[in-house]
Amino acid sequence: MFQDSKIPEGPLAEKWEKHKFNVKLVNPANKRKYDIIVVGTGLAGGAAAASLAELGYNVKAFTYHDSPRRAHSIAAQGGINAAKNYQNDGDSIFRLFYDTIKGGDYRAREANVYRLAQVSVNIIDQCVAQGVPFAREYGGLLANRSFGGAQVSRTFYARGQTGQQLLLGAYSALSRQIAYGKVKMYTRSEMLDLVVADGQARGIITRNLITGEIERHAAHAVVLATGGYGNVFYLSTNAKYCNATAAWRAHKKGAYFANPCFTQIHPTCIPVSGDYQSKLTLMSESLRNDGRVWVPKTVETAERLRKGEITVNDISEEDRDYFLERKYPAFGNLVPRDVASRNAKQMCDEGRGVGSSGLAVYLDFADIIKRTGADSVSQKYGNLFAMYEKITGEDPYKQPMRIYPAVHYTMGGLWVDYNLQTTIPALYATGECNFSDHGANRLGASALMQGLADGYFVIPYTIGDQLAQTPPTPVSTNHLAFEEAEAGVRERINKLLSINGTRSPGEFHKALGHIMWEYCGMARNAEGLRHAKQEIQKLRREFWSDLKLTGTDQELNQMLESAGRVADFIELGELMVDDALHRNESCGGHFREEYQTPEGEALRDDENFAYVAAWQYNGENKPEILNKEELSFENVKLTQRSYK
Amino acid sequence: MAGSNPNAKPMNLTLRVWRQKNRTTAGKIVDYQVRDISPEMSFLEMLDVLNEDLLRKGEEPVAFDHDCREGICGSCNLFINGRAHGPEAGTTTCQLHMRKFSDGDTITIEPWRSTAFPINKDLSVDRSAFDRIIQAGGYVSVNTGGAPDGNEIPIPKEIADRAFEAATCIACGACVASCKNSSAMLFVSAKVSQLALLPQGHVERKTRVENMVAQMDKEGFGACSNIGSCAAECPVGISLENIAILNREFLSAKATSNNLA
Ligand SMILES: Cc1cc2nc3c(=O)[nH]c(=O)nc-3n(C[C@H](O)[C@H](O)[C@H](O)COP(=O)(O)OP(=O)(O)OC[C@H]3O[C@@H](n4cnc5c(N)ncnc54)[C@H](O)[C@@H]3O)c2cc1C
Ligand code: SF4
Ligand code: FES
Repeated sequence: MFQDSKIPEGPLAEKWEKHKFNVKLVNPANKRKYDIIVVGTGLAGGAAAASLAELGYNVKAFTYHDSPRRAHSIAAQGGINAAKNYQNDGDSIFRLFYDTIKGGDYRAREANVYRLAQVSVNIIDQCVAQGVPFAREYGGLLANRSFGGAQVSRTFYARGQTGQQLLLGAYSALSRQIAYGKVKMYTRSEMLDLVVADGQARGIITRNLITGEIERHAAHAVVLATGGYGNVFYLSTNAKYCNATAAWRAHKKGAYFANPCFTQIHPTCIPVSGDYQSKLTLMSESLRNDGRVWVPKTVETAERLRKGEITVNDISEEDRDYFLERKYPAFGNLVPRDVASRNAKQMCDEGRGVGSSGLAVYLDFADIIKRTGADSVSQKYGNLFAMYEKITGEDPYKQPMRIYPAVHYTMGGLWVDYNLQTTIPALYATGECNFSDHGANRLGASALMQGLADGYFVIPYTIGDQLAQTPPTPVSTNHLAFEEAEAGVRERINKLLSINGTRSPGEFHKALGHIMWEYCGMARNAEGLRHAKQEIQKLRREFWSDLKLTGTDQELNQMLESAGRVADFIELGELMVDDALHRNESCGGHFREEYQTPEGEALRDDENFAYVAAWQYNGENKPEILNKEELSFENVKLTQRSYK
Repeated sequence: MAGSNPNAKPMNLTLRVWRQKNRTTAGKIVDYQVRDISPEMSFLEMLDVLNEDLLRKGEEPVAFDHDCREGICGSCNLFINGRAHGPEAGTTTCQLHMRKFSDGDTITIEPWRSTAFPINKDLSVDRSAFDRIIQAGGYVSVNTGGAPDGNEIPIPKEIADRAFEAATCIACGACVASCKNSSAMLFVSAKVSQLALLPQGHVERKTRVENMVAQMDKEGFGACSNIGSCAAECPVGISLENIAILNREFLSAKATSNNLA
């Protein structure tokens, strides 16, 4: 039997309103008697911490960053979706809902996605009121652009720095609550374990990254907003420090982990340039509005190009293959990410890739520059073009960008019900850290929307339902569960420091990334996945016998921090492989080579796999237990996705 | 592998790095050699190589702050050869690439120096003073919910664009590190002018500027003597015009203060 996902009864459009009416309320005078821990202060956590404090709860917020303003959300470039229909182009809440369900290849929960589309409009209003400087038209109204997987313009943006501006909005709201004393902010403080007492989440164990001090923190509820786990692959577009530790520790304490294999590979990233590479840089999807993707028509031309016998500008129009426009005339360069990525890979597999490694395709702006001028292009994409030039030393105004897919986002995450509560009572998960809204593939500009929806407009309501049933008695860290969790954390740190092997955390991380990218990346098959599982298990044994660290735990020790995170990544990597292996279908970002249509598109199996795979930890070195939450679709028809 | 410039020659470099155990211990410059550095590497990837080397030899790696490595989070903060974020204008440390250096170069790497930014360890400093300045008033006091429709507040594009420019400050602290007085005026002015330009910020504009400036002084940042080295070294091009706006806001707030506290 599966846990109740608590989806409210009634017609789709009324579920959220009804639910808000039905959830229990904590009376205003009592709110200050409840303590809530929020781990993570990116968009999801920052918005949640501020909003909960505004309601009167006492909030303790944690981040391993030196300031809440530095969360990975700051790096989001392209924009945030909202069903405002300001452009009068036929957008609506239902259309945003429909696009998201379809874009996710029918592996998301209808009720959650509909609510997301509903509150999307409030997010824009809230951010504008905070002073977020969105792009505007000359008449002074808000501007929009279009994004992949949609045929309407519903994306709000602040040049190529939308995440920065939205996060600074949430950060300002959070700062205000810190000043009022309603939020106690713990920076450079890393959650290393969750404390579950008497079956409920009751607190966390943290390490002060500057002094090394281990601390206990208790609360009536814990909200995780700790971001995604894309760095399992070592190289990704995520910030270097993004990691899975908080979510993984919670998983090992009983929170189910849903659809771990659903990872998103973004089609437009700057290609790898060498094995010293520490991360990959995204070139925003918004570039696909105006940039045209192509490779040489023939392998011969591509080969001459790679050898440096000809340059890109020597290739005539007839010798170019604008493969997305050719294969998907309706959506063209704006097909969803999974489709664009797979096609780029296919071109390179055929031998038509460019760049000296052959692992890149072109993204060309010559047409738009000719049509509207370099100035207007620079207005829209100036910072992205500058970033590209800084990294590659090439000028995209003069020659096309070289791009290649890279790991970008994780749709999987902690399983949550409609209230965003995990399978551990009083433990919530929001933002990229949960699995909730994007199914098997996320549409561009929808992660910012989801993080802020969860933080500003969902959790402030749903958390009350749980708290209203919890007595407002003061919490304490004296419970035996705190002692055990703290001892566990200390023991693990000591173990890491005492292995005294020969390899750095970075070497293990790279090795894991290599396995994951080869066998559990853009295309997967059963044989490769089985092999990957063995490789990961081997790597795990080597990690715990051959890791090298220096220094102590009583100081800023960045290699020690990294080691703990890599250890968790290795375990999560294995679960991702198990999940990918069990899902005998292709859907969204999960492409199993055995399951494809004759045209090479993902072939879903709705009969057998229209469910959320929620994995349950079952003890060290034991296979995890698979729980299935069946998905029912009452408002959309399941069809083969087509963007032709 | 796939470099855009496969012929670029690897470099050998001497690094002179500030090492300091913690906030209270005195620090010193220590010399290191790094070999076979690709010009395609970023500056921080070059430091990764150094740290892997050090760890292998059983020595302590160099602590430094970074995260996004894309020039947007504001974490990275190295003082390279006497300049905040190094020799390339308009560039954060993480976006600086080794092609800007030559084989045989000696590179000196130090942390930001300011009494308001105590050193945590090696090259990592504590910039929480910036957060406290924002907490003093760098926001519009609106609670979640109840905001009017986004298009009910039309804002001329030109104003919105200027507010955006000011809002792009990444709080790296290069302005402070480059100023001989350790002034934080450019940082503070960026937030003050963003919110002074926008109608949403008008209600609180007087108390905001007074409280933020008071907090800035309390944190121990120095006075502004209008030399402009801050703006010259700012990696995102926050303009001096913002300081002029701050001064104007501050004077008019003082003249007509409704800050009763
Ligand atoms: C380069 C890039 C561009 C993107 N562009 C877009 C875009 O244009 N539109 C869009 O919609 N989405 C975009 N995304 C996706 C989007 O940015 C993220 O999904 C989203 O910002 C995640 O927000 P979050 O609040 O869930 O997590 P994060 O912003 O990652 O925040 C996580 C927080 O948790 C804290 N934390 C984590 N673990 C711990 C721990 N153990 N202890 C203490 N603190 C912890 C961190 O310090 C941080 O504060 C982009 C992503 C990338 C990589
Ligand atoms: S004003 Fe410029 S230099 Fe100063 S903190 Fe902001 S971004 Fe950094
Ligand atoms: S590491 Fe983020 S700005 Fe340099």
